[in-house]
Amino acid sequence: MRIIVNGEEREVTSDLLDQVLVECGYENPSIATALNGTFVHRELRTETKLTEGDRIEVVAPIEGG
Amino acid sequence: MPTFYGTEINNPLLLGTAQYPSPSVLAESIKLSKVDVVTVSLRRESGGSNAGQDFWNLIKELGVRVLPNTASCYSVKEAVTTAQMAREVFATNWIKLEVIGNADTLQPDVYGLVEAARELTQDGFQVFPYTTEDLVVADKLLQVGCEVLMPWGAPIGSARGLNNEYGLRSLRAHFNEVPIVVDAGIGLPSHAAHAMELGCDAVLLNTAVAKAGDPAAMAKAFSDAVSAGRQAFLSDPIEMSDMACPSTPVIGKAFLS
Repeated sequence: MRIIVNGEEREVTSDLLDQVLVECGYENPSIATALNGTFVHRELRTETKLTEGDRIEVVAPIEGG
Repeated sequence: MPTFYGTEINNPLLLGTAQYPSPSVLAESIKLSKVDVVTVSLRRESGGSNAGQDFWNLIKELGVRVLPNTASCYSVKEAVTTAQMAREVFATNWIKLEVIGNADTLQPDVYGLVEAARELTQDGFQVFPYTTEDLVVADKLLQVGCEVLMPWGAPIGSARGLNNEYGLRSLRAHFNEVPIVVDAGIGLPSHAAHAMELGCDAVLLNTAVAKAGDPAAMAKAFSDAVSAGRQAFLSDPIEMSDMACPSTPVIGKAFLS
């Protein structure tokens, strides 16, 4: 299945958000996610199903003003 | 010291964490200025990267309170979603709410700001709204649940100081029970002291420290300046006058001409 992660197309085998994150190398606990522009709480990642073309945003802490 | 949403902070200077020459200079600036609150943000991270975690660990080690922002958000939806993600990552209900309306001036879209503030306060957030000095907008923000106002001094990063002193005075006078944090546009410690002399409760800045030749020394200078400005405000400054008024007694002066 092809999805878009942080603006880049990715081919993934899983259709669950938590597994896709592992597949894409996200093992850092300090991340937050959004699916198609809507926040997905950490606890809901295991039950969040993805479909072809979904847009995932994965963000982490950074310096800010 | 200012109290935000029931939490008293130890320093009326709030410091941004971006644009420092290195993490160690950032850490030194925070330590030397003894700031209690720093702003942080969220950005996309690549899989396998630990950059975000490393930064977050640095901030946690410094023992400061964080105020996450929604920088660069131009819509209510973006800002609300960013706030929700920030709450999860940083484990705080505090959010510095930015809904930007113009790319050149980075001034807030106050209509979107009020709407986003309403949504977020209803969702349990404690919102620090980055706004203008407009009284009506400030009133709307308070009506939707904000308990802090964060008017700009000048456009972000411009170092222009207080563009509208009258506006800030007016805001202070109208909302004398609400904590006011002047956020953005500060370039010099004298600007920060000026804001505090007007009766503002705190000053938030980033670029003026981070881009200084010696950021840590400048952070200390700003910390001293806000402290001096606050003390001056509490000491009831004299009124300005158009004419001179001799300070040395005139009576008893010798006639020598």
